[in-house]
Amino acid sequence: MEMLIEMFSYNFIIRAFVVGLLVSLCAALLGVTLVLKRYSMIGDGLSHVGFGALAVAASLNLAPLEVAVPVIVVAAFLLLRLSESSKINGDAAIAIISSTSLAIGVVCVSISGVNTDLNSYLFGSILATTTADAIMCALLALAVIIIFVIFYNKIFAVTFDESFSRATGLKTGVYNTVIALLTALTIVIGMRIMGTLLISALIIFPALSSMRVCKKFKSVILCSGVLSVCCFFVGMCASYLLDTPTGASVVIVNAIVFVIFWIIEAVRTRTGKL
Amino acid sequence: MALIKILNASMGYEGKTILSDLSLSINAGDYVCIVGENGSGKTTLMKCLLGLMSIQGGEISFGDGLMQNEIGYLPQQTILQKDFPASVSEVVLSGCLNKKHTLFYSKEQKADAAKNMELTGILPLRKKCFRELSGGQKQRVLLARALCATHKLLILDEPVTGLDPKASADMYSLIKQLNKSGITIIMVSHDITAAVNNASKILHLSRNSYFYGTAHQYLHSDVGRKFMITDCPCDDCRHNHRGGAQQ
Repeated sequence: MEMLIEMFSYNFIIRAFVVGLLVSLCAALLGVTLVLKRYSMIGDGLSHVGFGALAVAASLNLAPLEVAVPVIVVAAFLLLRLSESSKINGDAAIAIISSTSLAIGVVCVSISGVNTDLNSYLFGSILATTTADAIMCALLALAVIIIFVIFYNKIFAVTFDESFSRATGLKTGVYNTVIALLTALTIVIGMRIMGTLLISALIIFPALSSMRVCKKFKSVILCSGVLSVCCFFVGMCASYLLDTPTGASVVIVNAIVFVIFWIIEAVRTRTGKL
Repeated sequence: MALIKILNASMGYEGKTILSDLSLSINAGDYVCIVGENGSGKTTLMKCLLGLMSIQGGEISFGDGLMQNEIGYLPQQTILQKDFPASVSEVVLSGCLNKKHTLFYSKEQKADAAKNMELTGILPLRKKCFRELSGGQKQRVLLARALCATHKLLILDEPVTGLDPKASADMYSLIKQLNKSGITIIMVSHDITAAVNNASKILHLSRNSYFYGTAHQYLHSDVGRKFMITDCPCDDCRHNHRGGAQQ
């Protein structure tokens, strides 16, 4: 307990906490849609693109977020279009784009000899969040949450049955774009804390866990939001107490929760059948 | 005035034309079944009617004040929906989105959804999870959703695929009942016998031609005779066939 109080006496930790909680919430909300639309890997692809953008920005001495946001938004549109077109295999396209941008990022870092530790990009770092970063992240996260709530019914319709929605006059292209945009923003702000390699876990795990036990779309969304926030809280505290990397700790907590929910589902169906 | 008028339309995708020079009109209250072999353009025609695809030439026009977004559509179920966590009422309500663009569902929309669930007999299931329903129940849910989107025209894409005989028969009688209440039905089907028994008009598409007429005319047409496995049940035909066998 004392350790916890001590933990919250550090300004940088409170900053990271606020940003982290908001990011987890955003990621969890969008995650449900992305997982159900079979777009889970887009998150992963975008985070790699984000790494490339951050590395390029760092080696050119530009502000990281200002470069990363537009690049990732463009990449999100591109990836969505690619997975919609039947000519190119969606997951192959994602693999190509993500490894290419990862390669560009690594080469940039090694050529320019930037001192920044590669690890802090790949696995995230609490220390990386400055106050300006935190404010920008918080604003972006709030925007994501508000837009998600406004379009909630439409996002459900587009996720559940795109061709029906389109036939009945819903502009599915617009809502898919909104989803892509929100995903891109969430990834950008999540990358600093969770790291490039781990941010997609934040999107996928809460959604998958809550889909094990919830039967309504609304309850899946709510459950996944709550789970994600709790997992982040526990993971962050654990990382402070045990001195482990934050992003990785949060992912491990999420994984444990997923296993627990999976067991609950298995037990339920077993007893249900008996 | 016809509800739907198709004039010299040609349709296809990726540069290929599958249907050409198609002209027909569908009146309010009709029950039209679109039949034909795989690849004959049934789905393409349906998608063009729904506005999911654009036609290559000719014209499709709507009459009787029918708007493009007022067509109720019962699509085939997708793989994605197999494990989709959603309650029945959430699914049905999503059919109301074409009417008003408010942030949340209004009272009228909820009442409309309840009425359509009642009509399709799924009101007791409204809190159930969609993925746990039987095939027939799922189709009823999607039909209720389609009804939320329309008062005039339903387009059904093979509505009895994967259903057992009892569920299929129930589905057909439900569709018939909806048709009698004044909703125009356009159904894509492989079930030719049921099509002839239920529909008032048959549109048979084949590679370079098409047949459009009443079910009775269809049974007596060349294309209909070739396509039907069973014989026409009308008295004239039964006598003819018996006569033929004796010779």
